[in-house]
Amino acid sequence: MRVVIVGAGITKFAEHWNKSFRELIVEAAVKAIESSGLKGEQIEAIYGGCMASGRLIGQEHIGALIADQLGLNPIPSTRCEAACASGGVALRTAYLAIKSGLHSIVAVGGVEKMTELSTQAVSFALGGAGDQEIELFHGATFPSLYALLARAHMHAYGTTEEQMASVAVKNHANALLNPNAQFHKEITIEDVMNSAYVAEPIKLLDCSPITDGAAALILASEDKAKELGLKGVEILASEQASDTLALSSRESLTELKATRIAAQKAYERAGIRPSDIDFAEVHDCFTIAEILAIEDLGFFKKGEGGLASEKGKTSLKGKIPINPSGGLKAKGHPVGATGVAQAVEAYMQLMGLADKRQVKNARIGLTHNVGGSGATAVVTIYKRFKG
Amino acid sequence: MQNTAPLNWRRFPERYLLRGSYCETCKQAFFPSRAICPNCRRKGKLISIEMPRTGKIISYTRVHVPPEGFKNEAPYYLAIIELENGAKVLSQIVDSDPEKIKIGAKVKKVFRRIAEPDEYGTITYGYKFKVVE
Ligand SMILES: [Zn+2]
Repeated sequence: MRVVIVGAGITKFAEHWNKSFRELIVEAAVKAIESSGLKGEQIEAIYGGCMASGRLIGQEHIGALIADQLGLNPIPSTRCEAACASGGVALRTAYLAIKSGLHSIVAVGGVEKMTELSTQAVSFALGGAGDQEIELFHGATFPSLYALLARAHMHAYGTTEEQMASVAVKNHANALLNPNAQFHKEITIEDVMNSAYVAEPIKLLDCSPITDGAAALILASEDKAKELGLKGVEILASEQASDTLALSSRESLTELKATRIAAQKAYERAGIRPSDIDFAEVHDCFTIAEILAIEDLGFFKKGEGGLASEKGKTSLKGKIPINPSGGLKAKGHPVGATGVAQAVEAYMQLMGLADKRQVKNARIGLTHNVGGSGATAVVTIYKRFKG
Repeated sequence: MQNTAPLNWRRFPERYLLRGSYCETCKQAFFPSRAICPNCRRKGKLISIEMPRTGKIISYTRVHVPPEGFKNEAPYYLAIIELENGAKVLSQIVDSDPEKIKIGAKVKKVFRRIAEPDEYGTITYGYKFKVVE
């Protein structure tokens, strides 16, 4: 049974001072349902990605909250949590629900409301993605964990801070073309290089921001899509892998093994190779994360991701456009929403709806969503659905 | 991180003595202690051992924006250290010439206060490392 995305919706990613958690997810979900042409009562189940609502807004039990706010009681509604990969895991879980034959139309949501608290309190909430007792206890922060990965990559392959900066510059340039992006501001290599160190070699402009936002999708079985004459994007594969929460327990500091394994399995299941991918939305929570991703996903050889980024091979008109949406860096990173937002971008690109940021001849796309510093990775591959 | 007194006490062997696990089946050392060997699982024979007190830096960073409890320390160095038995540990590097904090540098364990007291009032102590000449 093939699985098809038949609708997609997203809110603007921003600091939404005037919108609540529930308003954000309802807005995205209604857009997704409307774009599918279906009615709410045709939805059989909901899977929602959300990382840290307990810490961020004092609210748990998000699954039932979403069903209630959408007026979709009493259908089952389940929250999925895997830190920043919560959205990707929700998407994959919904995909499995249809694959299993149990459901034929399912909604997927992702949401995070992050700006109610101070940056310090948000950092503490996000720290939950790492190993609290073993690493955060000693003064590690998320930027510092990625800084340790960056330093190891620089040492092994000669990757430079300028190469990392080029990732931020490219993603800001793409976000200029995305009306839903948090930042519409062109930046230069000098801007990044002159920004303050957060954890050396990572600087402020190497980091993704704190964002409010939500995204949603409607998934249908192939049979249902055909029966109802729905257009959309087929999910060719969605694979997930796990690794140690503690960065110090990893076998290697120059790759995210969970990404590599999930990608290998996804390519195998889809029956394609990395060179068949026309564009990808990857998890660039920090610029080094995009460099690791384009290597671990097999687009470039290990160690060559920095140079490829610097040479423009990942720009909108490059060999393989990476993060046409602007990525986490410039589109914004409402953590639980990110994995779903990536799938929304894949849908837009493959349906030819991406307007000024449209990747030419986009036939096959990939999304890559990471939890924490790589303890969870989800890789999903998409293709235009021909009924 | 919430450093309640019971949590702090439970972690004394690991934080004060750098105690971890060693699997007699596959001969691999692990830090911190774990209940199951990830290589051998039920065939593994894990025993508790004290880790070697020396190792080398395999990556490092200098943290400028500290989390709660570390404001007095910042900026400070963090590193991932490979101990002499192959187990790895994330720790602060202190009392060292910044010029000498680099990948490959030899380090040894020291005992220090870790963070400023939090809302639970617990003062936490544990290992840090310093570069040895
Ligand atoms: Zn073993």
